Amino acid sequence: MARGRIRERLRRSHLHPFSCLRPNANDSEGPNPLQGPGFSRIVHCNQPHKHQKKPLKYCSNYISTTKYNIVTFLPKALYEQFRRFANLYFLVAAVLSLTAVSPFSPLSMILPLAFVVGLSMAKEALEDWRRFAQDMKVNSRKASVHKGGGVFGYKPWQKIQVGDVVKVEKDQFFPADLLLLSTSYDDGICYVETMNLDGETNLKVKRSLDVTLPLEDDESFKNFSGIIKCEDPNPSLYTFVGTFEYERQVYPLDPSQILLRDSKLRNTAYVYGVVIFTGFDSKVMQNSTKSPSKRSKIEKKMDKIIYILLSLLVLISSISSIGFAVKIKFQMPKWSYMQPLNTDNLYDPDNPGKSGVAHLITALILYGYLIPISLYVSIEIVKVFQARFINQDIHMYDEETGNTAQARTSNLNEELGQVETILSDKTGTLTCNQMDFLKCSIAGTAYGVRSSEIELAAAKQIAMDLEEQDTQNINVSRYMKSANKEDSRGGPEIELESVITSKCENDQKPAIKGFNFEDSRLMHGHWLNEPNQESLLLFFRILAICQTAVPELNEESGMITYEAESPDEASFLAAAREFGFEFYKRTQSSVFIREKYAHPGQLIEREFKILNLLEFTSKRKRMSVIVQDEDGQILLLCKGADSIIFDRLSKNGRIHEETTTKHLNDYGEVGLRTLALAYKKLDEPEYSAWNNEFVKAKTSFSTDREAMLERVADMMEKDLILVGATAVEDKLQKGVPQCIDKLAQAGLKIWVLTGDKMETAINIGYSCSLLRQGMKRICITVMNSDVVAQDSKQAAKENILMQITNSSQMVKLEKDPHAAYALIIDGKSLTFALEDDMKHHFLALAVGCASVICCRVSPKQKALVTRLVKEGTKKTTLAIGDGANDVGMIQEADIGVGISGVEGMQAVMASDFSISQFRFLERLLVVHGHWCYKRIAQMICYFFYKNIAFGLTLFYFEAFTAFSGQSVYNDWYMLLFNVILTSLPVISLGVFEQDVSSEVCLQFPALYQQGTKNLFFDWYRILGWMGNGLYSSLVIFILNIVIFYNQAFRAGGQTADMAAVGTTMFSCIICVVNFQIALTMSHFTWIQHLFVWGSIATWFLFLLLYGLMPPTYSGYVYKLLAEALGPAPIYWSTILLVTVACILPYLVHISFQRCFNPMDHHIIQEIKYYKKDVEDQRMWRRERSKARQETKIGFSARVDAKIRQLKGKLQKKSSTSVSQNCMASPS
Amino acid sequence: MSSHTASSSNGGNGSGDSGVPKRNSKRPKYSKFTQQELPACKPILTPRWVVSAFLLVAIVFIPIGIACLIGSRDVVEVVERYETKCIPVLNRTDKVQFIQSAADKTCRISMTIPKRMKQPIYVYYQLDNFYQNHRRYVKSRSDEQLKSASKENDTSACKPEDIANGRGAIVPCGLIAWSLFNDTYSFSRQNQSLTVNKMGIAWKSDKQKRFGKNVFPKNFQGGGLVGGATLNESIPLSEQEDLMVWMRTAALPTFRKLYGKIEVDLEEKEVINVTLMNYYNTYSFNGKKKLVLSTTSWIGGRNDFLGIAYLTVGMICFALSMGFTIVYFVKPRLAFYGDLATLPSYHGTEVLDRTKNVHGILLMFKAHPSLPIGTEALHHFGTSLLIVTLMSMECLKHDIDSGRILMV
Repeated sequence: MARGRIRERLRRSHLHPFSCLRPNANDSEGPNPLQGPGFSRIVHCNQPHKHQKKPLKYCSNYISTTKYNIVTFLPKALYEQFRRFANLYFLVAAVLSLTAVSPFSPLSMILPLAFVVGLSMAKEALEDWRRFAQDMKVNSRKASVHKGGGVFGYKPWQKIQVGDVVKVEKDQFFPADLLLLSTSYDDGICYVETMNLDGETNLKVKRSLDVTLPLEDDESFKNFSGIIKCEDPNPSLYTFVGTFEYERQVYPLDPSQILLRDSKLRNTAYVYGVVIFTGFDSKVMQNSTKSPSKRSKIEKKMDKIIYILLSLLVLISSISSIGFAVKIKFQMPKWSYMQPLNTDNLYDPDNPGKSGVAHLITALILYGYLIPISLYVSIEIVKVFQARFINQDIHMYDEETGNTAQARTSNLNEELGQVETILSDKTGTLTCNQMDFLKCSIAGTAYGVRSSEIELAAAKQIAMDLEEQDTQNINVSRYMKSANKEDSRGGPEIELESVITSKCENDQKPAIKGFNFEDSRLMHGHWLNEPNQESLLLFFRILAICQTAVPELNEESGMITYEAESPDEASFLAAAREFGFEFYKRTQSSVFIREKYAHPGQLIEREFKILNLLEFTSKRKRMSVIVQDEDGQILLLCKGADSIIFDRLSKNGRIHEETTTKHLNDYGEVGLRTLALAYKKLDEPEYSAWNNEFVKAKTSFSTDREAMLERVADMMEKDLILVGATAVEDKLQKGVPQCIDKLAQAGLKIWVLTGDKMETAINIGYSCSLLRQGMKRICITVMNSDVVAQDSKQAAKENILMQITNSSQMVKLEKDPHAAYALIIDGKSLTFALEDDMKHHFLALAVGCASVICCRVSPKQKALVTRLVKEGTKKTTLAIGDGANDVGMIQEADIGVGISGVEGMQAVMASDFSISQFRFLERLLVVHGHWCYKRIAQMICYFFYKNIAFGLTLFYFEAFTAFSGQSVYNDWYMLLFNVILTSLPVISLGVFEQDVSSEVCLQFPALYQQGTKNLFFDWYRILGWMGNGLYSSLVIFILNIVIFYNQAFRAGGQTADMAAVGTTMFSCIICVVNFQIALTMSHFTWIQHLFVWGSIATWFLFLLLYGLMPPTYSGYVYKLLAEALGPAPIYWSTILLVTVACILPYLVHISFQRCFNPMDHHIIQEIKYYKKDVEDQRMWRRERSKARQETKIGFSARVDAKIRQLKGKLQKKSSTSVSQNCMASPS
Repeated sequence: MSSHTASSSNGGNGSGDSGVPKRNSKRPKYSKFTQQELPACKPILTPRWVVSAFLLVAIVFIPIGIACLIGSRDVVEVVERYETKCIPVLNRTDKVQFIQSAADKTCRISMTIPKRMKQPIYVYYQLDNFYQNHRRYVKSRSDEQLKSASKENDTSACKPEDIANGRGAIVPCGLIAWSLFNDTYSFSRQNQSLTVNKMGIAWKSDKQKRFGKNVFPKNFQGGGLVGGATLNESIPLSEQEDLMVWMRTAALPTFRKLYGKIEVDLEEKEVINVTLMNYYNTYSFNGKKKLVLSTTSWIGGRNDFLGIAYLTVGMICFALSMGFTIVYFVKPRLAFYGDLATLPSYHGTEVLDRTKNVHGILLMFKAHPSLPIGTEALHHFGTSLLIVTLMSMECLKHDIDSGRILMV
């Protein structure tokens, strides 16, 4: 509380010129705009009973995100199921199978369908139940609501009505959109965290109207009433228009009085508010986009294949029924053995047309085997297993949070292997949102020896590359070293790559939050011994004074912690504290500093009077304070973006400019965010003259007040003297740079979409190597952002278009293959760039750039950008984020990945996959994605193959039965074919197949490109497999028919009947398809062996057992194997012949491919097979380094760029003796 | 699906510093199965494998092919087509009328044995253009009825030959039985008749189980139309082997069925006289009728195709194995262990050999933290190119020992 009071007074004070003083509300807004459409909402405050009838009855605060409820589940889920074309087809077939036209028994049609549909529906139900449970958790949360008579009681959220007065306490979420009435602070301010809305972590200040301030305890609401008239529910988070009628006075409302659902009250004991929007009317719910049901590209393509097969099916059915009709008409009357005159409708020679149509249905059912009914269910099963593997992967388990990766919807597994673009949120996804003070440069000297993560990572990479050099290079270096010793003229140019502190040394992580600095020259008061201690002192003071934070004494540890608006500022204060300048108290007009080392052994408390505070805004990019120290000296202390500060230096303030710039570049290079610090001394008259101006500007009420203030501030903030610069590391999450590097090597594009301001975004870009020095940056911003008028909007748009086209031109004309561009665009420009007529220009430019960073984007824009990328490039996009502000993009992207960190569950709930850290994305994509893609692709291809191979034999045979629709196989064979005999091998393929092991996937990220390029599911491959199926069906049928033509098939003299031919043919099919899948697999665990060979064994076993059943069940199959086929050598030799003949072309194809046109994984498999990776490490490493996708981002690219640069330099000076020596060195 | 649902899993403490990490019950249990690390064999088609696989197929197939061919060539087969021959010349304009008339249909034909035939010699009849596999035909039977007398009325599948008008169910019912083949043959050589053994031509299982011992023909051929043979009503179905053979429907419209066995050897050039009763009507659908005498070998009747197919596939495999051998010798893959960059999927990827021009490496350990950074320091060391890496000695010990890294 105490702290709150301080802050509140500060807020009210004159110190905050840009945000605090608002022109008096009554005269600013003109005539009330709240009429007409869009502004119809009326809320009777504290009178919720008035909202129980139409038209004032608004929707309840109950939210539901489920797809179904108990009543609608069955019809809706069934509808969903039968929207799948294949399912519908099988449903119709099953219904028709009840009639006489069916060639099969009805059970054999209905059972598989019921199984398939039932399984899918059970899955749906389970998923929806989870959503329901989540909703219930939210709906039953308790909130304190005014029950009348000044008494508050708890109610579940879902019962809250419009007009209710609610009391929200510290760290609680707002249950609905509220109008803020009063807070625990006297002046009606409160702090709100909107992380769930826009992902910003800094606190926002909300302020109640002055008139409602007296309503500060429960009692006062006894007789409270008022009427709010405001806009209708809409999704805009940052606007609100309305009026509040209270005690016969009308007051305008603006967004700063509105507390939005899902944001959280912070640093404020309690607030009172009136509910304006509930449930789905609330802004946050309005902002949500309906999540589309996602299907993977492969599945969509699969549908196309099914359509092709369906056309084939219709084609052969038509052929069959025409053939049937012709036969019926012209031949049937002659077939005396069939009593042609004694017929029913199905075989009526007088009415061949009718019979033909009836036969068409028969044929459609008969050839239904072309469309694999078990395909969907097999894929579902496989995906469930794959999802389980993802969930169980121990390498994606986060020890800290105890979260595993979660495949929340399993139908996108294979899509993970085809991702082309990753759109990532920043805060909480790439970074932990924690800043550490790491380095500084003071008066031209660089301090701080710790390395940033980027440096460490890059150094490791370099060290690895160097180790890879063979001994020859070592020799060279040895040789060179000796040469250098002789050659001590100091001539050769020297480069410093980097300095890396030992990893082992680094193990003790800083115990101090926000401070990771180490340099004995500054620590523990040693700075007093440094030559330029004057500057050091100033530097530390600026750190300690030039800020807006509030100190807070932690009772337990006795340490002072800081509540700052941005984490940078907190880290500065922590640094100042560690250097011995502890900021411990703030009053309305003063900042108090405890100085430790200024006079040895003595703590000195100093007071600095704050005369003015010029706040930080993203436009100004700097903040200043004007203070008066105890000696009466007036100082302007300023910190800001280096470019801004450097423009404002006085002539004599530029002594250290050059070295500082160099340091700043170094810092930027290693991904640190930098600020420059400067000061200037003022004398009394100068200050008071300026202050007069300032006060005048501040109190003016004209519309350009802000511009005036800015101008005045500008006058003051010049002729500064540079003191130094700070470098703060925005703590990346663990492993992020490495992960980005690997993903880049895998050929993925990474876009960062962040709500942060541009500088922050750029810094993060640096620290995760999305940006680097030497990359050409294209920044697209709106020049004059204030103007909102229509024509200037047009002008701004044209301006943006020009920027985009110019940049595109530049990118197009670029000659250097290594040139990399980075596109940085802010939210305002993006609004224009995303308009229909411009978005394609924008996309074209963005695609040409190596990295793209969008800053200050709203959740909606994130979703729009995602949609643009998804639809514009037609490639698979993956969006990853952690906050509620990422929900839109997570839902829009082909794959949404949520980070299940500490920040709520919205992103996770909306996502398709959730992981607990960004770095797990690498494994999720490169290992699981790669595997799943290949598995599913191979599986589907094989599925079509086997069903074509099987289904077409039915057709050929039918042609030999006068197109009568007779199948050569027993019904049971056909039923079992898809369900048992061939399903387990293909499922084991889909679940267990690995072309290469997971380590190899990670070591050769470029293998991932096989998925992105869709090498395993392109039309060439699909048609190849179909062709293979066609070939197999022909071989199986023709060979069998010719072999069993009419002669005896065994020594006993009997000829083969239909059952024998059919069974032999079917045996051939089973063997062929199972051998085929064995050839397709490259990874045999005992499970595959069991399933593949087990399937063949099962078939023969089934045949045997079925044959032993009483003949009433088994019919012709009775003892077929045991008596007739088993002893006949021709049976077995036919199976052998047909099997080999069928798989021969495929075998030749893959042998040929491996020999002449091997794919990447073939080579790696070979290397592994010959154990070359163990025996020939060097070759293995060389392969690895080659198997990287050329990349322009990531630290590998950085290292490459650096080495290119060095090479360039070395070549220039190739005349030195050293290099000559090198050339001559033994090779 | 969800949206910005208000919720935070741990809404209570907001201060961000989530205290104790939760102890992990959710930690996945390690098992080789869930981690997809089951031991597996990963066969790949190395050149050696390819060549030996093809060779193996060739080695297996060619002998089998030869054996099949020999087996097939051992078989002697005599075929005599008689459906036209056995119609008196005068009646050949309207064969159907002749066959349906009550005229005498005895017909004599003779067959010459081309090669000595060892007993048993199988006698077949072969019909042509006869759709025994037609769906209407195939379905028209009742397995239940054939098996047990109690299921006599189980004739629903037998339409249109299910129930005789007013006399109850037909046994055996259905079109198949109804159209039973009824030509008969008797053989003689040199006026000495040859016995045709008509027992043992059906499958044992048919005799024992599928056709009931106490099921007797009833109302058979009693309808208006007569489709074929009549059955002796005093003999149970389990003894009617002709019926069993006939009821095993053939797969193709051309089929042979066993008629009987001649259990004496027939010598080369011998002339066999056949007296046949040409009852069966194939004339309405222009079906051929053939009488076949054939011996069998281990692969059954005469069929060269199997042997030829085996030989062909074997030859192809042999050729392939030779071809691949030559290819691997003459034109080994340029980069067998893979210069990945030369491969198609990497086209356009300029692979940077990033170590080529690095001329000197200096690794320096445990530098003083306050080491001045910058070129001055490097001048101090006097190197042409210095990459300073500070890593712990332990990390690099191995490389130092092996001489890969120089210490300064």
